[in-house]
Amino acid sequence: MSPMRTMATAGRVLLQIRNDPRTIALLLVVPSLLIGLVAWIFDETQVFDRIGPAMLALFPFIVMFLVASIATLRERRSGTLERLLSMPMGRGDVILGYTLAFGLLAVVQTAIAVGYATWVCGLKIEESVLLLFAVAIADALLGTALGLLASAFARTEFQVVQFMPVFVFPQILLGGIFLPRDQLPGVLEAIGDWMPLSHAIDALTAVSTGNEDAAYIWLRILFIGCWVTGAIIVGSLTLRRRTP
Amino acid sequence: MNLCPGLRTDVQTFGRLSHLTCPIIGGLIRSMTNIAIQTRSLRIRRGSSIVIDGLDLDVPRSAIVGLLGPSGSGKTTLMRAIVGVQAVKGGTVSVLGQPAGTASLRHRVGYMTQLASIYEDLSVRQNLRYFARGQGAPKSDVDRVIDRTDLGGQADQLARTLSGGQANRVSLAAAMLGSPDVLVLDEPTVGLDPVLRSDLWNIFRSLADEGTTLLVSSHVMDEATRCDRLLLMREGQVIADTTPSELLETTGAATAEEAFLSIITSDSTGSSFPRKRTGKRAGRKARAGARTILTSGSGAMPGKGRTRRAQ
Repeated sequence: MSPMRTMATAGRVLLQIRNDPRTIALLLVVPSLLIGLVAWIFDETQVFDRIGPAMLALFPFIVMFLVASIATLRERRSGTLERLLSMPMGRGDVILGYTLAFGLLAVVQTAIAVGYATWVCGLKIEESVLLLFAVAIADALLGTALGLLASAFARTEFQVVQFMPVFVFPQILLGGIFLPRDQLPGVLEAIGDWMPLSHAIDALTAVSTGNEDAAYIWLRILFIGCWVTGAIIVGSLTLRRRTP
Repeated sequence: MNLCPGLRTDVQTFGRLSHLTCPIIGGLIRSMTNIAIQTRSLRIRRGSSIVIDGLDLDVPRSAIVGLLGPSGSGKTTLMRAIVGVQAVKGGTVSVLGQPAGTASLRHRVGYMTQLASIYEDLSVRQNLRYFARGQGAPKSDVDRVIDRTDLGGQADQLARTLSGGQANRVSLAAAMLGSPDVLVLDEPTVGLDPVLRSDLWNIFRSLADEGTTLLVSSHVMDEATRCDRLLLMREGQVIADTTPSELLETTGAATAEEAFLSIITSDSTGSSFPRKRTGKRAGRKARAGARTILTSGSGAMPGKGRTRRAQ
């Protein structure tokens, strides 16, 4: 592994996306549009104040999961991964390159979504905006890392899209958006407490309401970070240089 | 890293010092350095079937070696083993004297996969620039390989918009980055028209003249005549290790295609149980008969008779 090759990979992934303007538009605009829609639905109620921060956690996570899982699946299937692994390129260079590139995209995506949610939809942010970005980036990296991992279990594009409900939906259901986690049945509450997305939602809610201190938020970022690291390690183990 | 891509050096593989200290070992090493790729008792299993079972093979240096055979005969699997991306069940594969897939070999071996293996959403130049950084090749190499493969006119075109032949050449250009000593090319001419095929073979020839070893697989038999040496594979075995002229001479056929058909026919008659332990000996013996004819008179080449095992 070398920083030069990792950066080369990140640069290449960004270049691929830059050559695809429609994907850029979808990546950057869709989350804001959906947040706007949710705000509009709950226009007459206080609900958006409660679930708005969670929306900011959901979109980078889902979008990055999809983009990362499909991009890596394509890499595995097109033969380019085989070419890279027959070169001095390390597995870590490939995975970290992807993580860096998508992390950077997530920053831009979040900046637009947060700007839209606060200025247009009236979402309140009590804590520092910097903290909000830290959570959002961790969240997007989580989506990227799980997407890379999911691609290892899929043989086709059809399968990889089906993995989205498997990896993502349970986390949304148990994350406390529909019902606060402490009101869930005991077993589900325990599972939800260990899901990384739950912590992203908690942290973003805390940033928005200002009810908790910065340490509480950083602890949650750390928890997400552990999941990201774990998923990247397991994911890189699935990128074997020698395949049967 | 080879800092001067134009200059080739053997010091990395076998130091000349050992040659000075011990004449016997030195001589051995010298003869070994004429061999670019060597396999011994190579066994590869893919899924539940054994694709390659006990393969011994020698590929001489600075030559174009054609790896020919019907599809499913194990050509791609063997090539993957040589570049070090194939899990091997038993035996050894060495390239330039080192075990295949060793980290220090990865920039000395170029690999062109059967599919074009390039990023469709990048331009030709962007693809090559990335692969050059991955390969540790200098930036200037990108222009060199673009020039070499005659892709100057398409350099800034997205790979998605290229024709099949152009995409193939980008893939070849990528394999040529960093001037590797060994190029492993898996069906580089498949689906190309005769003019493009001829262009590619001219590139291969000039690379071999510069000292590159090329292992080129094909199932287009008339390409055999453009190789220095031929390996005919069938069911994971090399059933002939010969030269184009010898091939025609020994079989008495007019074209390479006919020659191969006649070898395959004579090979099949003795190999009714090629995979079973009980029938192995008998099958081998009968097939060795066909091989004896085909590997005769190739004394100068190191690949002589390697496919025959002690019986």
